[in-house]
Amino acid sequence: MDIARLKQVSDTEWRLEPTGAMRVPGILYADRALIEAMDDKVAEQVANVAALPGIVAASYAMPDAHWGYGFPIGGVAAFDAEAGGIVSAGGVGFDISCGVRLLLTGVPAKTIEPIRDHVAEVLYASVPAGVGSTSSIALTDSQMTDMLTGGARWAVRQGYGSGADLKRIEENGCAEGARPDAVSVHAKARQRRELGTLGSGNHYLEIQEVGAVYDDAAASALGLRLGDAVISIHCGSRGLGHQIGTDYLREMAIAAPDYGISLPDLELACAPIKSPLGERYLGAMRAAANCALANRQILTHFVRSALSVVLPEAKLDLLFDVSHNLCREETHTVDGKRRRLFVHRKGATRAFGPGHPDLPAALRPLGQPVFIGGSMGTASHVMLGATGGHAFASACHGAGRGMSRHQAARRWHGRRIVNELAARGIVVRSPSLRGVAEEAPGAYKDVDAVVEAAERAGLARRIARLEPRVCIKG
Amino acid sequence: MTTGSPAAGEWSHFRHGADVGVRGKGPTKAAAFEQAARALFAAVTPLDRIAPRAVVEIACEAPNDGLLLVDWLNALIYRMAVDRMLFSRFEVALGGARLSGRAWGEPVDPARHEPAVEPKGATYTALSVRREAGGDWVAECVVDV
Repeated sequence: MDIARLKQVSDTEWRLEPTGAMRVPGILYADRALIEAMDDKVAEQVANVAALPGIVAASYAMPDAHWGYGFPIGGVAAFDAEAGGIVSAGGVGFDISCGVRLLLTGVPAKTIEPIRDHVAEVLYASVPAGVGSTSSIALTDSQMTDMLTGGARWAVRQGYGSGADLKRIEENGCAEGARPDAVSVHAKARQRRELGTLGSGNHYLEIQEVGAVYDDAAASALGLRLGDAVISIHCGSRGLGHQIGTDYLREMAIAAPDYGISLPDLELACAPIKSPLGERYLGAMRAAANCALANRQILTHFVRSALSVVLPEAKLDLLFDVSHNLCREETHTVDGKRRRLFVHRKGATRAFGPGHPDLPAALRPLGQPVFIGGSMGTASHVMLGATGGHAFASACHGAGRGMSRHQAARRWHGRRIVNELAARGIVVRSPSLRGVAEEAPGAYKDVDAVVEAAERAGLARRIARLEPRVCIKG
Repeated sequence: MTTGSPAAGEWSHFRHGADVGVRGKGPTKAAAFEQAARALFAAVTPLDRIAPRAVVEIACEAPNDGLLLVDWLNALIYRMAVDRMLFSRFEVALGGARLSGRAWGEPVDPARHEPAVEPKGATYTALSVRREAGGDWVAECVVDV
């Protein structure tokens, strides 16, 4: 990125002054190296978001920001319904409520080492992954409606997990205000055989080892012990969310002129929050969020069932579950005033600081856990929301790609990646070697640099670093 | 740049951060739409691995060429998801705002196709349907995968 167009506020904060149609400034959180490595398109997209009606304070980009569609991936923006604010299907994206959850095993990773290949095979056989995969779950129309309304709560009622899990999920496992009636027949058809599937692309199931702890007290309070194995699940709302994104992007793009909204980029498709279309989208988006929560809960059940045989000593308690593609109605203080805002986080994680009333009681003194996903060969991180926070209490969500899929597939061979990772003690199972090549660790930015910048910027603080041991890719 | 060369026109991929740009080029707008569809499925698996054994019919209607291209690609993504199929051969007829098309393919076989990605949806990013100076048509956009 050409940094000449930015004003440096601190070593991790850069400001894009409002020009043209921008209603607010753009604020990018990253160190100089990360900013310089970002595509110029990120600044362009931050500026476009800043021009949307009803935006509050600023258009933000997280340290892992990269060129998205409409909004940058790693973009955060809040809108005030009372000030003509909008909700944007493009600001949430196709993979609605994609997110990460972390399970604690209570078992040292070295216990798994001698049986790592077997454990990988068992997990690979138990968790449907990849294009065309289906699970054993097929929903009737009424079950679909119940799932879209109840989210992880519905899944627990069906026997997938327990009430204790729900206390460790944002919104206690259910997005209120879901409207299954606002979800198209096509979206429901896409989901009918996809509940309890991992998907493909950058989605994964990993066994990771707690390789470093940065805050002993906080890590201990979270149940993270140096050397222990944890399990991370990264996936979203599958075909249902993708189709809702498709349906509403189209409808909003066509309707925007009727609402007097000028779109600098059609992918910013949006509608006023206080409009029939805006309300319908929010209802459908929340239904997709419930689909994602149910999906991660069912995958958790599959993992627990599989490991109960090969690793019966593992506890598999849920540490927390976060979504990083969503628009939520939240209360924030802006210029000393409490306001209800619709906060879009696209490739960004909510990161409430300690004491926030919306956190579960057990986590309230600590702050919200934030999970930063790595890639197959690089670390993931556990962070906690920082006191004060920035960007409406938001933090990054991953390393962010540094290279396109096409470039990665040309540079690496999937088999060689699998072999190299195996030599480093990382077992990879995937139905697609080309998919492995496209997801090569080297195709991503340095996740350690991203989380360090996030910490220095005051977005969240580092608690533990997790190193991959087994990776199931879709 | 990856390029294929079937009967009428060619397809290619162009760079986009986390996703993939699909581009179809041909002597007619319809041919460009057909080639864009080939680019879409080439992002999933090599096209020569997909046998054109079964056909599905697709119809779309949109207020402009750009939206029609996105609708066409999204209709294929929908059929791929619901029918668990991959496609490699396409036929498009355009009449004003309407598209009627056919796609030939077969059920996805993970062991043989080794699908690299699952297209989530065609986007309006880098969306363009245009006629170039040389007379060829180009149809392109970014697909979220």
